[in-house]
Amino acid sequence: MKPTDIKAPEHFHRVVDCQWACPAHTPVPEYIRMISQGRYADAYMVNWYSNVFPGILGRTCDRPCEPACRRGRVEDEPVAICRLKRVAADHKGDVTARMPLAAAAKNGKRVALIGAGPASLTVARDLLPLGYDVTVFDGDNKLGGMIRTQIPRFRLPESVIDEEVGYIARLGLTVRSGERVDSLKSLLGQGFDAVFVGSGAPRGRDLDLPGRTEAAASIHIGIDWLSSVSFGHVTSIGKRVLVLGGGNTAMDCCRSSKRLGGEDVRVVVRSGFEEMKASPWEKEDAQHEGIPIHNWLVPKSFEHVNGKLVAMVFEKVAPVVGADGKRSARPTGEPDVRMECDEVLIAVGQENSFPWIERDVGLEFDKWGLPKLNADTLQSTVPQLFFGGDAAFGPKNIIWAVAHGHQAAISIDKFCQGQDVADRPPPHVTLASQKMGIHEWSYDNDRSNDLRFKVPQLPAERALSNIKLEVELGYDDRLAFKEAQRCLNCDVQTVFEDKLCIECDACVDICPTDCITFTGSGEENEVRERLSAPALNLTQPLYASGALKTGRIMVKDEDVCLHCGMCAERCPTGAWDMQKFLLEIAQSGDRACHRAA
Amino acid sequence: MSFLPKPKLHHPQLPTNKLGYTRRDYEGTISTLCAGCGHDSISAAIVQAVFELEIEPHRIAKLSGIGCSSKTPNYFLNPAHGFNSVHGRMPSVATGANLANRELIYLGVSGDGDSASIGFGQFAHAMRRGVDMCYIVENNGVYGLTKGQFSATADRGSKSKKGAVNADEGIDLAQMALSLGATYVGRGFSGDKAQLVPLIQGALLHRGPALLDVISPCVAFNNHEGSTRSFDWVRAHNEAVNQLDFIVGRDEIVHAQEPGTVDEVTQHDGSVLRLRKLAPDYDAHDRDGAIAYLAAARRAGEIVTGLLFVDPEPSDLHSALRTPATGLNRLGDAELVPGPAALEAVNGSLR
Repeated sequence: MKPTDIKAPEHFHRVVDCQWACPAHTPVPEYIRMISQGRYADAYMVNWYSNVFPGILGRTCDRPCEPACRRGRVEDEPVAICRLKRVAADHKGDVTARMPLAAAAKNGKRVALIGAGPASLTVARDLLPLGYDVTVFDGDNKLGGMIRTQIPRFRLPESVIDEEVGYIARLGLTVRSGERVDSLKSLLGQGFDAVFVGSGAPRGRDLDLPGRTEAAASIHIGIDWLSSVSFGHVTSIGKRVLVLGGGNTAMDCCRSSKRLGGEDVRVVVRSGFEEMKASPWEKEDAQHEGIPIHNWLVPKSFEHVNGKLVAMVFEKVAPVVGADGKRSARPTGEPDVRMECDEVLIAVGQENSFPWIERDVGLEFDKWGLPKLNADTLQSTVPQLFFGGDAAFGPKNIIWAVAHGHQAAISIDKFCQGQDVADRPPPHVTLASQKMGIHEWSYDNDRSNDLRFKVPQLPAERALSNIKLEVELGYDDRLAFKEAQRCLNCDVQTVFEDKLCIECDACVDICPTDCITFTGSGEENEVRERLSAPALNLTQPLYASGALKTGRIMVKDEDVCLHCGMCAERCPTGAWDMQKFLLEIAQSGDRACHRAA
Repeated sequence: MSFLPKPKLHHPQLPTNKLGYTRRDYEGTISTLCAGCGHDSISAAIVQAVFELEIEPHRIAKLSGIGCSSKTPNYFLNPAHGFNSVHGRMPSVATGANLANRELIYLGVSGDGDSASIGFGQFAHAMRRGVDMCYIVENNGVYGLTKGQFSATADRGSKSKKGAVNADEGIDLAQMALSLGATYVGRGFSGDKAQLVPLIQGALLHRGPALLDVISPCVAFNNHEGSTRSFDWVRAHNEAVNQLDFIVGRDEIVHAQEPGTVDEVTQHDGSVLRLRKLAPDYDAHDRDGAIAYLAAARRAGEIVTGLLFVDPEPSDLHSALRTPATGLNRLGDAELVPGPAALEAVNGSLR
């Protein structure tokens, strides 16, 4: 094994699993520590700098960080990272003064944003403080895009959207709302230096089944229906509702139906429960509200009487593992299942749709109908045209849209300044000892044994009474502190200095999770097998030192390290030290936004 | 030292033994010794040894005297019985406890001050009487608690941290134990658990007086240049005569001892000590030869480690005193106080 290069940021970045997993690479442990110190506004600003919408994401994020959380590997459940983010937003007080100001002088460059969703707004936030003249076009009257139209109010109150969208609007954003772009060609002709497309994946998939056309009045596309609910165009639904699909949109549809008069609301999914695309907690929330989920049923037809929908028929299927090892669903041959219903919501996926892009503007598309893009720069085959969010690579989620926005902003800035777009700025990294005394650290290294705390909710009957009542109440100060204390502070790294080690074994003896071994070197795969505890999780890196006095090396399996600092406390020579690793992804707005944060 | 307790969270694949305990269940409270103390490695070796032997912690009585070493029973086998005695008096307490209750496994933990100075006589008599116990001396050659004076086991000519040269002859406790009749004598090094853990396992199950002299560098006061108990010195001068593997529950296998081969010794309880010979001319069954070997190595400045001597058929204090098979603590008044008639008979036999 070669000694691990800790000068390069990759090793320690990977150790901060949550940050590594986050598309925007938000420094999670940093803000969780601030929350446990009661520094809510600071925690909010760390988030705001990185992910732009802490209050929104703290309620709606897909949370790629949580399955990655190290706590989930040493205990039952990960830290409730997402809901702690919400705590920062809920408790921060007034942070207006800490927000960047509109640029004092414009730089003369004009940028157009198509769609006012999270990707475009992120680009706006990063570019506006630099003096860009940014104009956003959106068919809706308010900023926010899918955040406003597709996420039900009982999950995300409108006030939160208004506040966080407002922080960007006040940077001097020119808003052309109610103005849907219907020709890219004409927009490109308006003299913008760069154009960013953040128009999302706005078309819900339909199901072309017998009876679909005849009973159309009672059959709705999920995202369109949610949007109508959001704008108040739809205020009621039939008593018996079937929701088709297993994603998060389906969960929003069924829970909304339950609040608009649906009494017998069911979700019907063609896959198994585990395979459903919806996040586990969203499925849980739906079930908690008394909504049953029926799996392994494939929609076959809509039954109607003179155009009035009366029922749906489903074919029963079961999973079969094919020769290629892949699971697929095959009909079981059992009788079809018939479910009576008054209305049906179809939430079986979303698609990109670019009817407004003329095929002769020079933009190349791939075989899936998505624009051909450079994955790092998000630049299209038309040099001044950039994409981000769902419009770039198909439906993902808000946090990916934000990550794209940051990268696109860097590209646009470089493009407009005549620099090489492919030359990406490195992240900002600091690594600093946290030692305060012989066994005193600037972080709390006492490990909590608490299990994950549940977020308090409104009682179900109350929650179901009004579609605008937020179901989750959020953690209060006390619960937030306790949940924050579950964080292992994985950003406080165990840093090993070969030259100081006397190989006394103190660190090996004290390590509560058997991470450290002194052993002969070898090939990594073979070394993994013969550690104090075999390092079988190959997704986690080993940390290897150079040769020590006895010729052995120190090998640490980063997998389940608690970052408790016991190795450093028991080390007589200071060969181990606890050092805080802070990595911030570069942004084009660094100069302005970061100073504010 | 650390103020915080060791976190309860542990490795998700932490193995359990047949009793359902993990190694962590054999730990004690967190050590308050100096960071890097060799004694903590010995505690960790004891935890490992007992976990692997699958002994319930409450079947062990840990006894100690005074000193850094004698604090350590607090740091392993939390649920075991324990007695922290007066300075140098651990062997007396162990002797008494063993006489009263012969069912427990006695683990005495002492240091070079506790056993080679104030308790030297106690140490000697426990060995020569044959108290069935595992007697571990955590030997760092220095009085750490009083800031680094030479102890009685420090080598003549070695230097203190302040630069003073030791003029007195050092006591070799392993050599002493051999000459005093111990039936299991080993020497280990806190920095080599692969060697130490099986030595402890063999000693714990040995049914006679077992002495383990464990070199344990004092990082605060005896880990400098000129010390002969520093990590560097011990590593450079460690001459292991054999490597022990400890096997529980196997049939007796008899091997002729040949250089570089394996010597398997079955102990009284059926456990097997498998000795891989490293020094071809070393015989772990020859008490006088072992004493001579140690003396010669000492003159050459080498530290001999390994299982130095073992008697597979040991006898102990109980057999010498012909005590009943049932422990004295389990006998009732009728057996313990047989009455005036019995006393009269005894007196009569002595007239």
